[in-house]
Amino acid sequence: MEQKTVKDNDVLLQIRNLNVTYKTRFGPVSAVEDISFDIKRGEILGLVGESGSGKSTMGKALMRMLPRSAKVTGEMIFDGEDVMKYNEDQLRDFRGKRISMIFQDPMTSLNPVQRISDHVVEAIEVHEPETKKESALKRARTLIERLGIARRRLPDFPHQLSGGMRQRVMIGLGLVLNADLIIADEATTSLDVIVEAKLVDQFRQIRDEFGVSLLVITHNIALVAELCDRVAVMYAGQIAEIGPVEQVFDNPLHPYTKGLLKSVPNIRLDEREELYKMAGEPPSLTNPPSGCRFHPRCPFVMDICHRIDPRLDEVAPGRMVHCWLYEDHPEKETPTIEVAQ
Amino acid sequence: MSNCNEHSGMETLVDVQNLKKWFPIQKGILSALSGRKIDYVRAVDGVSFHIRRGEVFGLAGESGSGKSTIGRCVLGLEKPTEGTICFDEINLAKISAEELRRLRRRMQVIYQDPLASLNPRMRIGEAIMQGLKIHYPDRAAEHRDLVIDMIQRVGLTPPQFYYEKFPHQISGGQRQRVVIARALITRPELILADEPIAMADVSVRALLLDLMIQLKKEFNLTYLFITHDLATAKYICDRIGILYLGKMVEVGSLESVYQKPLHPYTQALLAAVPVPDPHKRRKKEMPRGEIPNPINPPSGCRFHPRCPFATELCKQEEPELRELEPGHFAACHYAEQFL
Repeated sequence: MEQKTVKDNDVLLQIRNLNVTYKTRFGPVSAVEDISFDIKRGEILGLVGESGSGKSTMGKALMRMLPRSAKVTGEMIFDGEDVMKYNEDQLRDFRGKRISMIFQDPMTSLNPVQRISDHVVEAIEVHEPETKKESALKRARTLIERLGIARRRLPDFPHQLSGGMRQRVMIGLGLVLNADLIIADEATTSLDVIVEAKLVDQFRQIRDEFGVSLLVITHNIALVAELCDRVAVMYAGQIAEIGPVEQVFDNPLHPYTKGLLKSVPNIRLDEREELYKMAGEPPSLTNPPSGCRFHPRCPFVMDICHRIDPRLDEVAPGRMVHCWLYEDHPEKETPTIEVAQ
Repeated sequence: MSNCNEHSGMETLVDVQNLKKWFPIQKGILSALSGRKIDYVRAVDGVSFHIRRGEVFGLAGESGSGKSTIGRCVLGLEKPTEGTICFDEINLAKISAEELRRLRRRMQVIYQDPLASLNPRMRIGEAIMQGLKIHYPDRAAEHRDLVIDMIQRVGLTPPQFYYEKFPHQISGGQRQRVVIARALITRPELILADEPIAMADVSVRALLLDLMIQLKKEFNLTYLFITHDLATAKYICDRIGILYLGKMVEVGSLESVYQKPLHPYTQALLAAVPVPDPHKRRKKEMPRGEIPNPINPPSGCRFHPRCPFATELCKQEEPELRELEPGHFAACHYAEQFL
């Protein structure tokens, strides 16, 4: 992939060759390996993968929130500046003002003894010390109402709100400082389907109204189809495939994506009645397979896959895949598949 | 208390009539002394259904709908506040603790989290053997062979290898297989599967579902399949019941309920499930509000505050579960319009 770090107005965040390695008792674990992708302004990008695929580590790396035991290398160019070079003060401003994160369990993100209004006001006061309390409160009120929570709930404590409302408060905390990117890490996972569906509508609405970009980290493939513009599929710490949602779902290129999409249950009765059963389970990252990390489970495995890891290559405009089927190599015997647009 | 004859006969294995389970809310000593009335969480509030021998009956609903409480009552783990539960024409309320214990050989359970279900200090083989030790103590000589055979049947090979492992040494999917093996070792007739595959990854889920379907045939099992995931339910259930706030709002064959949901809540629930196809995104509006408090449920139809079709009647009168087409029941005053 071409290394392009010039300021591009459509691109909000460029991630280049990001590596995250944890030091553990069992040796180094490479949780994220050589990942490069872009997040565009105003887009909803889905980052999907199974447990242990590195998707949450990826989200935390973007926030520069990983523990010291994690070694992070690579570049993260956010709006023209390399976040990897920020000091602690710059980072504090960056988190909150530019980028904000929502987790699976809002109860652990909200302070149980602090009122909803105080959460929002505090966020404004910390990042904009010049703002008066009165106008901060007014801003909090307007925003909370726009997110569909009644004004009278502002003095409530987190435990008095429902799960869906708490997640909306978390979204509000991200929006109140006009962040450019909101990372939602399994933000709808513990919610019931109807509440989840409403939050999905809310995500779309804030994107349209505020023009924020959203990075939706999830294991729920159907949710990605419902909500996202583009999708990046992760497997064992690497990106298997990236592309526009319609194209990836209509014509998946990576054998892992192909299998994954066929194994997702579909509620529609007219859809296929048999689920595809993928062989094996995701590998351990302490001792990942040689070559392509998917090769032990791949139905299309070739000789080269055992030895050499392919690159994430653009095979058609906007579509990138990490697979030898679509890439040439002198040691490869089978012909490379051309992807038609 | 009624007896076990409503749906009796060979084909009914479990018959639940007007089941209620209310949990008292513990209050402080002062309010107890002052004689204030005790509040109850009405987790299950008058639910009736039956499970036929050899079928997979699904119970679906959101959190707090009472689905897991019903499951626990069916196994006799929870004593109902009201109503009867019959297993193979035996009324669970009318037998002794010892008889209930023996009856449990015929009904087993699989929970969501296999790591929480397994003793971390017990080897796999030993864990599976527990049921045999309790229910067949006189056949101790055969225990090991039976366990080895069962480990193999749930797809863990070589079985001798897994027999010696501890739960932390195997993967999540394999652990759930161990839990299934442990449930099947006593040769039960009914398996309560409470969100059995909710924790597994997508690529592992299909395999577990397939295993459950295969074992059902092999051992002539009947499943009570409890889930919040309607998409997964589609692949295993024969009939399904939809719960809302402790009430059954709709029951029927899976095809009839999914194809033609007759209750507005079922309609919303089915529409809310995301479909893995970006060309078929949801257009239907979601019902307003969230699930109300089960301590003080709404009057009349419990769904009326959120229902787009609600009228004055829905506020006042609670709808009964009515048969609207053969085998398809719904509890809505206005269900006819959806036929």
